[in-house]
This record gives sequence, C-alpha cells and structure tokens, in this order.
Amino acid sequence: MAEKLKLEVSDEIAIKVESMNKWFGSFHVLRDIDLTVNRGERIVVCGPSGSGKSTLIRCINALEEHQTGQIIVDGTELTSDIKNIDRIRSEVGMVFQHFNLFPHLSILENCTLAPIWVRKIPKKEAEETAMHFLEKVKIPEQADKYPGQLSGGQQQRVAIARSLCMRPRIMLFDEPTSALDPEMIKEVLDTMIELAEDGMTMICVTHEMGFARQVANRVIFMDDGQIVEQNEPEQFFRNPQSDRTKLFLSQILGH
Amino acid sequence: MSGESNSFVRKEMISERIPPAAERGLFKWVRENLFSSVFNTIMTFVSLWFIYSIVVAAAPWFLNGIWDAKTIRECYDLLDGKSGACFAVLNERFPQLIYGFKYPSSEYWRPNLASILLLFALAPILFRKLPRRLLAFSAVYPFLAFWLIWGGSILTSVSAFLGCVIAIVCYRRFSSRSFAIAVLISLIAANVWWIIGGYIVDLNDSVLALKDVPSRDLGGFMLNLLLGTIAVCLSIPLGIALALGRQSGMPIIKWICVFFIEFIRGVPLITLLFVANVILAFFFPPGTSLDLILRVLIMMTFFNAAYIAEVVRGGLAALSKGQYEAADSIGLDYTQSMRFIILPQALKISIPGIVNVSVGMLKDTTLVSIISMFDLVGMIRGPILSSTDWNGVYWELFGAAAAIFFVICFSVSKYSQWLERQLETDRR
Ligand SMILES: Nc1ncnc2c1ncn2[C@@H]1O[C@H](COP(=O)(O)OP(=O)(O)OP(=O)(O)O)[C@@H](O)[C@H]1O
Ligand SMILES: [Mg+2]
Repeated sequence: MAEKLKLEVSDEIAIKVESMNKWFGSFHVLRDIDLTVNRGERIVVCGPSGSGKSTLIRCINALEEHQTGQIIVDGTELTSDIKNIDRIRSEVGMVFQHFNLFPHLSILENCTLAPIWVRKIPKKEAEETAMHFLEKVKIPEQADKYPGQLSGGQQQRVAIARSLCMRPRIMLFDEPTSALDPEMIKEVLDTMIELAEDGMTMICVTHEMGFARQVANRVIFMDDGQIVEQNEPEQFFRNPQSDRTKLFLSQILGH
Repeated sequence: MSGESNSFVRKEMISERIPPAAERGLFKWVRENLFSSVFNTIMTFVSLWFIYSIVVAAAPWFLNGIWDAKTIRECYDLLDGKSGACFAVLNERFPQLIYGFKYPSSEYWRPNLASILLLFALAPILFRKLPRRLLAFSAVYPFLAFWLIWGGSILTSVSAFLGCVIAIVCYRRFSSRSFAIAVLISLIAANVWWIIGGYIVDLNDSVLALKDVPSRDLGGFMLNLLLGTIAVCLSIPLGIALALGRQSGMPIIKWICVFFIEFIRGVPLITLLFVANVILAFFFPPGTSLDLILRVLIMMTFFNAAYIAEVVRGGLAALSKGQYEAADSIGLDYTQSMRFIILPQALKISIPGIVNVSVGMLKDTTLVSIISMFDLVGMIRGPILSSTDWNGVYWELFGAAAAIFFVICFSVSKYSQWLERQLETDRR
C-alpha cells in the first residue's frame, strides 16, 4: 500500500451543509445532514446501497433540489435562483459512475465546450488547457477520437479532464470506478490521487477502501439517509463506533 | 514425442492468389442470391416471368407514345388503332403543369430563377462540409424568392429582411438579461420597423419593381414546391420548439404545447385546409383578409410541426438522463445544453422520423386541389382534363405527376440516409 498522503487543510470553508433534508415524494432520503468541508479536504463517503450517498453529493451541485436546510458552496447559498445554480455548477466539477461523456463530440470538444461557452475563453486557449489536462490524465493522444472509441478507464479519465478544464475549486465523484473492470480501476484512482496531491477539495463516494486509507482525511459513513459516523480513516477502519458501521465494514472488508 | 517432428519453419511465403472463378464477382452473387436453393430458383424464375410480362405489356404503350399532337383526337389518329400513350399532352400543357394557367408566361423566368437559387440556398444547410459563409445567402434567399415569385418592388423584401435583422440584433443585445424581455423587445422593434418600412415602400413602390403576380395566379407544380418547401422548412424549427415546450418545467407552456400538438394531430389535414379556406376568413375584420396561400401555409406548417414535435420528443426521450446531468454539471445553461448536447443527439435519432413526416407533407401539398387551388393535381383534374382537347388522358398525366413526386421524395429519402451515415461515422 502506498504512503498515506499528508496534506494540510486550510480553515477556509468550501462547503457547508446545515440541517439539510430532502424527500423524494414522501420518501425521506436525506435526514438532517450537517457537513462542513474545508478547502483542501478529501472526503470519502461510503455506506450501503440506497443510503443516499449519491443524492447527497448531487444536492451539492443542485442536480437534486433539497427541501429544507442550507447548502452553501464557495460562499454562495444554493437557492432556486438559476443564476446561483449555474455559478456553483461552474465552480464544482462532477464525475459520474457512467462517465456521461458526450458521444457526438470528440474528446477535445468534450473538454473545451464548457470553457468556451460558460467561461468565454477563446477557443485556442481552451484547447491548450484541454490538452494540458488530457496530458495530466495521460491520454493526450486520444484527443481527436470519439468517446465510443475509448476504453472505460480512458473514458472516465476524459470525464475527469473535462471537469478539470473548468478549473473547478471542488470536485465531486460518484462511484467513479464502480462501472470499470478491475484493471482499469487503478488508472482512474491514480488520476484521482494526483488530483488530491495538487490540493483539490474532493468529495468522493466510493467503496475503494484502499483509496480512502491513502487519500482521505475523513471518511463519512451514511445509512438510511443520515450521517452515522465520521472519522479519520485510520480510526474509522480500525475502531468503528456504531454497530451499523461495524456491520458494513465487515461486509465489504470481510471476504 | 520429439520436438523435431512437430516443428515447422516456412521456407517460402505464399503469394496472394485470386479466388476461384466460382467464388468471384457476378457469378458468385447470382449463385448466392438467386439460385441458392430449389425454392429460391423457382421464385427467381417466377419473378423473371412476372417482370417480363409487365415489360412486354407496357413497352408498346411507351414506345408508340405520341409526343407531338394538338388534341387527343389527333393522338388517336396518329396511333391508328395501336395501343400507345399520348404524351403530347405533357408537351402541350407543360407550362400549365409547372406554372399553373394564370402565371404570365413572360415572367416564367422568375420562378425558374427562384428554383435554381433554391438549390444554392439549401446546399449549405444540407451539406455541413460547405463553407459556412454560404449560409448568408440562405438567410437572404426567402426574401429574394418572395420578390421573384410575387413581384412588386424589391423594397418590400428589403424592408422585411431588415426587420428580421433588427429583431435578431435586439435579441442578441438583450438576451443576456432575460429571454422573455429579449424576445419582447425584438418583436416590438421589428414591428415598429415594419410599420415605418411599410410607408417608405408605399412611397417608392416602383424601385426595381417586377410585375405583380397575385397569389391566386400561382399554380402547377411550382405551387406544390413552394408550399412543400416553406411548410417543411418552417415546421422543423416549430416542431423542435413544441417538443422542447412539451418537456418544459413551466406548466403553462407545457399545457399549451400539449394541447396544440394533440389538437392538430387529432384533426385531418384536409379539415384544416377547409378551415384555412373558409372559416379563417371569419376571424378577420371585413375587408382585410389574409392571403389564401398564407392561410394554407400556416395550416400545413402547424400540421407538420405537430408530427415533427412528436418525433423529436421520441429522440429526446431516447437520450439518457446522464447526458442532461452532465451538461448541467459542467455549467451549461438551458439554451447551451439544448444547443450543444441534447438536440444534436436527439435530432440525429429523429432524422428518419422527420424525413418520413416531411416527405408525407410534400405529397400532401396536392390536397390543396380539393380547396380549388390549382396545384399540379388541381391543374390536371381541372383545366386540363376538363378541356375538350385532352378529355380522357388520365394515365399519362397522373403518371407524370407521380414520376415528378417520386423523383423528389426519393432524393429526399436518399439524402437522409446519406446524412445518417455521415453522422454515424462521426461516432465510430
Ligand atoms: N429520482 C428519484 N426518485 C425517487 N427515489 C429516488 C430517486 N433517486 C433515488 N431515489 C431513492 O433514494 C434512495 C437513495 O438513493 P441514492 O442513489 O442516493 O443511493 P446511494 O447511496 O447512492 O446508493 P448506491 O450505492 O446504490 O448508488 C434510494 O432508496 C433510491 O431508491
Ligand atoms: Mg449512488
């Protein structure tokens, strides 16, 4: 196992979620969520299927609407004001389980679209930035291909590069490796580790416990729409407090 | 087991050879496709016999065809009892079939020029590889064509064009504030200009004036082409807008679109055309009336747009939710995500459906003959067949009409298949 990342965390608050609740119809998915993320923190969220992990991080960039409580991202409160939402979305990058690349656009176009139209950066400059990040995720030679021509791992790295091209201050990952074959998981995790080394603020839903140990400075365990336990990774894995956490850990680490 | 006997090293490489004769070219194709089994062989011979009988029966009719005669009786005299077609009617009534019977013959060059220019205007829209600057001509073309076909002073067209330019400029200027305000301001600005422009045009109505041709004088295939082209071109954007409106989160817009689509789809086109012909006139104050062609065009556009909206809705539904979310998550606003992400993919899926509906619309333009407009079919059924000269030449006339429509619809369908392949290679 690689060395544990030692990175400092600033006191500046990046994300603040306060007594946030969300319902799907009458189903109470998220219950009284309180969460503060400082700039530079790397947080791993885990928990059983259906516990509301995806919903939580999707609320943070307003892909889902929350009903009560507050979410403040980068100093801007998420309300139904579309201007605020668009601003926050351009500051927060999101990587999906199923990549969601745009199949009708080349890799380069996937990466330059938002910088050109949202950030109003000249095309030339946007392409340079895109190539820079494609090099960072180690696939500059695929720039002119289409998503359908790449492997899953490559597609996910393009998806990460696409988000990075907007130069976000926060990155959200929703199970970025769980649709990948084992040999591709590593290349994506390596990219994410590099990102963490650069000091990116990250919230990552994942069941890759090795990754959590190495990169995270905090692990959050969710069940039934609530945050059940959070702790430093060492403590969290060695010495879980709640019974639900113990059960969950025994299930995913047990065999 | 000794390694010696199992090992093998090739001394000479085998050079390339052509396949045996039985596995090559035409011979192979015939054997595999026509005579692959007893049943297929029988079917092949039955079909060959069938084709042969049709050709033998029809050939004399075509070959003996008379191309030069003044009346049907002259045709019969020339045929002298043999079976044969009387294509002379196409020859003699050619201008009527194409331009209708009232369009002044000295002005035929105008619709001719307009149709040739139409090809140039459509080219950059249909073929993405052509330089984008050519689109400027496509934008000017509708106004140019209006002037050519209806005549009058060119100032009318110029003024209408400037009104549109003003509207677009205003929209660009204000669109960053709010979509609704931008649309409102550009509508007001354009209308103010059109009122001012109207006075200017009235004062100088002889600038580059062509002879006026009123709408009721348009006819023949020109009318079909005109109605079909305009209705299809207008209904595609309207249909897309309706499909998006139907998906909209704003209930009022959504319900308006749903009502519009369901209402139009629930009514036969011919009913809408009767409405255009008779009933719409009641809605206008006496003395003012909307041009009949314009009324028909509105109905056809609405009709086609409602169907296209449903086709596009299918395309939109076929996209995964992830595409919408990815577009949102990188910060694109609604317009941008529709323009760059959603519509390009949804429309590509919708191409076969849109073409299907639009080819249907092209053919349905012949229905206007029922509300006594003299389009190609109207001309045949009316002035030509009822004249004593050509009473009774059904096959030749309707066959010619069918052939014209077939050529056009077949080309459209071929184009759409080509376009689909083009967009497909982009992906793989
Ligand atoms: N759009 C929706 N409408 C209704 N219910 C939903 C919707 N999306 C999610 N849910 C429900 O909310 C709960 C939480 O879903 P969520 O996707 O956040 O779980 P998760 O923790 O990410 O699970 P997994 O590990 O399987 O991805 C689930 O019970 C799910 O059925
Ligand atoms: Mg999930």
